Amino acid sequence: MNNVFVYCEIDEGNVVDVSLELLTKGRKLANELKCQLEAVVIGDELKNIEKELFPYGVDTIHIAEDKRLYPFQTLPHASIMKKLFEDEKPQIVLFGATSIGRDIAPRIASAMRCGLTADCTSLVIGEHFDKKANKEYKNLLYQIRPAFGGNIIATIINPEMHPQMATVREGVMKKEIYDAKYKGKIHKLEVDKYVNEEDFVVKIIERHIEAKKVDIKGAQIIVAGGYGVGSAENFKLLYDLADVIGGEVGGSRAAVDANFIEHERQIGQTGVTVRPKLYIACGISGAVQHRAGMDQSAMIISINTDIKAPINSIADYVIEGDISDVIPKMIKYYKKNSK
Amino acid sequence: MKNIRIIVLAKQVPDTRNVGKDAMKADGTVNRAALPAIFNPEDLNALEQALRIKDKYKNVTVTLLTMGPGRAAEIIREGLYRGADNGFLLTDRKFAGSDTLATSYAISLAIKKIAPFDIVISGRQAIDGDTAQVGPQAAEKLGIAQVTYAEEILEVTDKDVTIKRRLERGIETVKAPRPVLITVHSSAPKCRTRNAKFIMKYKHALTVTEMQDATTDYEKLHQNRPYLDIEELSVDDIKADVNWLGLSGSPTKVKSIENVVLQAKDAKILTDSNNDIEEMIKELIENHTIG
Repeated sequence: MNNVFVYCEIDEGNVVDVSLELLTKGRKLANELKCQLEAVVIGDELKNIEKELFPYGVDTIHIAEDKRLYPFQTLPHASIMKKLFEDEKPQIVLFGATSIGRDIAPRIASAMRCGLTADCTSLVIGEHFDKKANKEYKNLLYQIRPAFGGNIIATIINPEMHPQMATVREGVMKKEIYDAKYKGKIHKLEVDKYVNEEDFVVKIIERHIEAKKVDIKGAQIIVAGGYGVGSAENFKLLYDLADVIGGEVGGSRAAVDANFIEHERQIGQTGVTVRPKLYIACGISGAVQHRAGMDQSAMIISINTDIKAPINSIADYVIEGDISDVIPKMIKYYKKNSK
Repeated sequence: MKNIRIIVLAKQVPDTRNVGKDAMKADGTVNRAALPAIFNPEDLNALEQALRIKDKYKNVTVTLLTMGPGRAAEIIREGLYRGADNGFLLTDRKFAGSDTLATSYAISLAIKKIAPFDIVISGRQAIDGDTAQVGPQAAEKLGIAQVTYAEEILEVTDKDVTIKRRLERGIETVKAPRPVLITVHSSAPKCRTRNAKFIMKYKHALTVTEMQDATTDYEKLHQNRPYLDIEELSVDDIKADVNWLGLSGSPTKVKSIENVVLQAKDAKILTDSNNDIEEMIKELIENHTIG
């Protein structure tokens, strides 16, 4: 009762990254709230799924396994979770802001008449004093998200009606093993007690899913390198930074032509155009063709040994230095300061 | 073939996509009044899907439903100019402050009031909130199946609707029984432009409130041409419980709002010292640029 729940999305028998990121966050929230972390897995052929989940500090895994439950369908998954949540009364439920999570979470929120905040960028425990009702609330989930086209940041709370539900996009939270030896328990659900025939009225006729590709366009954070990075070897630094802060790696045409990075990651007039929240330009001089593909970025950091590089004229931060010094420091101080 | 009665859910939204310099106040915050009010882009994709069904089959009616202040009637006219048959404006002060749950409650009751219906279509999400919640929530409240992220409605039969969906990494085709609620993805075809014939026909389509406020007397015109009436629905009309509406009916509360202050592009010049880099990282975490 009153625990933190994470809906774990399944793709080809594996738990998707965003769910593992949410388990990592959920474990921290559960520790702060002094409660347990529980995972919900719904699908088919879920053998050994617990081995993947327990190391994230999961205390209980609820498993609903049935061949009708994969691929995902809204109605049966929603029925299962609604009943499960009515029985277990979670205080917090987290979903990935994926095409599945954003489809099912509102359906469940409506059925349970609880609040749901989409696409949160930060989740924090805090308190709230309602002046009108003269009532104090402790241990609420602050659901922080950009709104109004990213022009404001709103903190949303659900004081009265629980569970407090939120969706979070992939890459926003960090994924981190909590304890490789962690052991929780497994709760297998009797599927027929949770679903009925009417939950299967929608029929999937055809599915065509491609393998995961690089998605620079959709990335909120991009670490891009230019000719100044010096070698394909040095690009590893950029991947390290992108991994830690949750971004993708891109390159300028000069870097692609020099074979430092593959063509599908090229940003600029002849590559893709990107508008991330943060663009970190590493050793990129900033030719007009490159800037055309990234100058709409909300924030730009330029790391360059040449203070006169043209890209610096559109940057918010210019760091005069060598990437091999600067990037490791950025990683170090990000790890130190992020929660 | 039976009738196909389609309700298109549309929302008037401030155009947040191109917040230009003139839309920013001196303190760097958004000047909402300076943003034009537009037809939510994905709702236009939804309208196009409805109109394509109308092109393809006989006995199809396309009804627009929007919720908002009086001026949201513009959305209905925009829809009529493109080929919709009629529209309803759900408007009442008591809706103010509604979150997605309260909104979907009101919309589901309005749909029941307009019923019978076979297909409800809306955009996946509105650009002012980007939540994508109202569609699925309304489907739940109506007790019908939902099909999200539609790219194309392939076929409508007496029994069901076949829909191609756009997922993150591919497509899925599903068949759902009527009635069904469909949300449409931005990758679906753009909406057709206004049609001169329909502009002529519907340019005086007005709500009762608009007629009262107008300097010209449209009453007689509307008596002769009832299709010009845009019907207004209030809380009482849809028999809603006010406790489920507005702030009291909304489980989510906005605790605080921070404006994202866009700084002038005067770059901060930093050295590669530990101190400079740590300060920058702290600022980025503080202003939610990195998590």
